Amino acid sequence: MNWSVIERYLPLYEKATLLTLKIGWLGVFLSIALGLLVAMIVHYRVPVLRQIAKVYVEIFRNTPLLIQLFFIYFGLPKVGISFSPEVCGVMGLGLLGGSYMAETFRSGIEAVDEIQYETALSLGMSKAQVMFHVVLPQAVTYSTPAFVANIIFLLKETSVFSAISLMDLMFTAKDLIGLYYKTAECLTMLVVFYLLILLPVSIIGSIVERRLSYASFGD
Amino acid sequence: MAEKLLTIKHLKKSYGDNLILKDFNLTVNKGEVIVVIGPSGCGKSTLLRCINGLEPIQGGEIKLRGEIIDGKAKNIAEIRQKIGMVFQSYELFPHKTVLQNIILAPIKVQKRDKAEVIKEAEQLLEKVGLLDKKDSYPRQLSGGQKQRVAIVRALCMHPEIMLFDEVTAALDPEMVREVLDTILDLAKQGSTMIIVTHEMSFAKAVSDRVLFLDKGEIVEEDIPEELFENPKTERARRFFNTFEYDAVKHHTKTSNQ
Repeated sequence: MNWSVIERYLPLYEKATLLTLKIGWLGVFLSIALGLLVAMIVHYRVPVLRQIAKVYVEIFRNTPLLIQLFFIYFGLPKVGISFSPEVCGVMGLGLLGGSYMAETFRSGIEAVDEIQYETALSLGMSKAQVMFHVVLPQAVTYSTPAFVANIIFLLKETSVFSAISLMDLMFTAKDLIGLYYKTAECLTMLVVFYLLILLPVSIIGSIVERRLSYASFGD
Repeated sequence: MAEKLLTIKHLKKSYGDNLILKDFNLTVNKGEVIVVIGPSGCGKSTLLRCINGLEPIQGGEIKLRGEIIDGKAKNIAEIRQKIGMVFQSYELFPHKTVLQNIILAPIKVQKRDKAEVIKEAEQLLEKVGLLDKKDSYPRQLSGGQKQRVAIVRALCMHPEIMLFDEVTAALDPEMVREVLDTILDLAKQGSTMIIVTHEMSFAKAVSDRVLFLDKGEIVEEDIPEELFENPKTERARRFFNTFEYDAVKHHTKTSNQ
């Protein structure tokens, strides 16, 4: 292991990490928003939109991100719609994540007992109040483990962005290996930087999970 | 003349082909305590759920002070505020403390002043002996405590009528007592209530009128002294007999010999 090599490459990795973080987290936020929207559509059985949501979830859950990215990055320009690689990355990650998040939120909402709805309704609450004050807070508790797993999964999926020429961590590592053959150093740094991105998420996730389960899950 | 609070006329309720309530009629006057008894599946719980608009009905009408109760109507949330309901399984909100459970609806639904609601909630908790539990979470309470909190939560909305759906069915005998005492207190204060229960001696003590339901119909209706002591129908007699174990004891003894 050559430490001077590592020192020399460090700025490149830092830049790549920032890009990975930016696109990764923007994608995660998009996926949360999309997932909530789809979960609500499915929960309230909104006609027409519900069928569209189902098709969307099945398509994006059952195709690899790489192929979705190719579709957005290389396919859409053929019909006159083109985006920058960064926007494509965020869109791809958001759409993939949205399908996972939708299922996670839906299962959380469904895990809340029907009679909790009825109790809240019997207290005179509107449907929106029931959802906001009674169902969602409990659904969040049920969904947290899968929710955190989804975030980690999505941040890891950013490693395929190199395929659409985004200078992320994977791209940087592959590039440096190709140019200078410092395989050991480059791969080690790659692992370390991914851990730096993901370990905090994992740790914060398990703390949140513990705190939420303490407040909830009665009886 | 007594003031009519709740009127049910020709109520019909079915799940698919299964007719639960057929042509059900009932008038509840203000301040009246009505106990509904009957075998499982006779439609007691369904009746309460219909009164709260939680079940779509297939015929007839239910009115609270002349206003039609319809689960699909725009004003249903407003009417439900006037109907307090307590369920067998308590159904406190597990993510909220006792106090938060009680004040949620008065503040969010009735838009009342928070300080005033908290004060009232604390007074009510004090009355049922649970003031020291106000910051506990439901999972930290016993079943009887949870049920008393559920009652307080319903009361804090100032309902005109309270519905109790087998509220002691999941409790052990000592807890049953503390919950029933709370309901007896309410009766003494003149609350209007419909109580579904299997506690016969409690029913006797609390009710002004008892309905005996079977297969979705009122088989017998009377003041408690009459209905429990001299049931007029064969069906009611058979039902009450199941609570007497003497006959069983005698039977097993003779067959052992």
